[in-house]
Amino acid sequence: MTIQFKDETFHDDYTFRNSPWAIQRFPFPFHEDSYMYSVNLEPHLSLRPGSVFEKTFDVDEHYISEMKDRARVLANDPLRCQSLPHMTLAGWDLVELIMEAKARDYPDLFELHRDGDHWHWINKPLGIEQRFTFLDDSTLPCGPMEYITRQAQGDFALLDQREENLWMDAGMVTTQADWSLDFDIGMNFYEWHAPVPLAHEMGVFQRALKFLLNLQQGAPYRRLNWTMTVNPLLDTSPENYHKWGVQKTELTPENVGQKQYLRVELQSFFRLPRSNALVFPIRCYLIRLEDVVSVPKWGRRLHRVLRDLPVELATYKGFIRNRPMIVDFLSAYDDGAPTSPGIFPD
Amino acid sequence: MTRFQFPKSIASRPVYGRLTARPGSAHLMVADAEGAEALLDLAAAAPGLMERAHVIYLPKTTGATYARRLETLSPAQLYIGPSYPAAEPRLRKALSDAHMGLQVYLAGTEGLMGQAMREAIEAGIPAGAIQTEHRGSVARRMQCVHCKGITEDVTTDPFVCAHCGLNLFVRDHYSRRMAAFQGVCIDAEDPGDVPPSKELYS
Repeated sequence: MTIQFKDETFHDDYTFRNSPWAIQRFPFPFHEDSYMYSVNLEPHLSLRPGSVFEKTFDVDEHYISEMKDRARVLANDPLRCQSLPHMTLAGWDLVELIMEAKARDYPDLFELHRDGDHWHWINKPLGIEQRFTFLDDSTLPCGPMEYITRQAQGDFALLDQREENLWMDAGMVTTQADWSLDFDIGMNFYEWHAPVPLAHEMGVFQRALKFLLNLQQGAPYRRLNWTMTVNPLLDTSPENYHKWGVQKTELTPENVGQKQYLRVELQSFFRLPRSNALVFPIRCYLIRLEDVVSVPKWGRRLHRVLRDLPVELATYKGFIRNRPMIVDFLSAYDDGAPTSPGIFPD
Repeated sequence: MTRFQFPKSIASRPVYGRLTARPGSAHLMVADAEGAEALLDLAAAAPGLMERAHVIYLPKTTGATYARRLETLSPAQLYIGPSYPAAEPRLRKALSDAHMGLQVYLAGTEGLMGQAMREAIEAGIPAGAIQTEHRGSVARRMQCVHCKGITEDVTTDPFVCAHCGLNLFVRDHYSRRMAAFQGVCIDAEDPGDVPPSKELYS
């Protein structure tokens, strides 16, 4: 199908909405009626035509508006995009990965023409046409990572690999679940995950790191992660927490279905060919509770998951104060019937 | 005794050890306030070490208490300075002049050790050649995640950001690049509802 791009906002008047198409393909993150941390990785292979898992980098109806929101956030706070000096080559690797994937997966929207190192990139939805010399920084209007991630939905972290660890040495982070690139840049895998409760003791990070250190070129993996956000606010940054935190107090039993969103991250992992770095795209999808419960299986399951979630996790994910109201809303959509395995609607 | 046993914390929070003399071509020691006690102990345990030592010491509120005792150790070079920013050019020069085999000893408050550690790492000193020992105040160097300003010597939680005035709670999340812990607005979800400040670790 041809994507109908929407003109919408992720701040202030929050005009963001999902079409029925976007609701039906939403990456619901729970494959069973309960949730605990796991290293829930699977190969990032094309799955289910039309789903968010079909393409290497999913493009949807929110593409143009999300890129406008990114530009807005960066204008307000340029520190959301940073790259330590040794990460420029990884940035070029990312340019190649994203341009090739978008041109291959969406030939009606993106084109990449190459003549040796002379590249010609056409991004029709954003009206961008750029001729540049691959690996020559002076031929792009900004650094390579910034250039391409201003044209790709989701956050991106570039991870250098050395000393048997991964180091978050570059990133474009404007749609994050409350973590600061500016603070975390330069940290290793254990350090930037340090604030996550319970998971360290469970050995999750040791296993995940071991897996990622051995990730091979051409064999990307993916996983889903989730949290809860009031209003369709992409920029839930710690930098702006003193501004958006108060929105959590605006929920009422009357508006919780419209204002409370399930926030899902489609995280993927790619080995980059020249730098041997990893790129970690973190794509954020938002859906309000009203739209979740329009899929009966999801309404039942989300109720059970949130009701039974350990207090530490509800606190860490930032919705402990509103959990009773959310669970109460969802309970009306849970008739106790069994649910089918897996994440997809029946 | 000016040692404090920090409780177990998260993975990004630094841990400190005890200074011990190591073989090296030269020895650079940076300390503030009660950190001098660690250098005095080190010198007592390793006669001859101070003859090859460059000591950078910031007494802060301890006045002459330790400065005189450090002088009696007769280090090869002794600098006693008024503040870390004042001492930083000298520290950078010492690190850039360093040859292979330099040993670095850091002692005192977390803010001092963190900043000097950052300089040493940026100068290319291998982490294995840098030792730390916490002494004295448990005050922290804090970055406000909102305005990015650094507030030095924070001893209470919550505290007021010296730059933007927000009420911040003290996290254990630590950035070696910033040499600072992270401070986050405590009343974002309940504006004006700020709990009374308590001494750190009280």
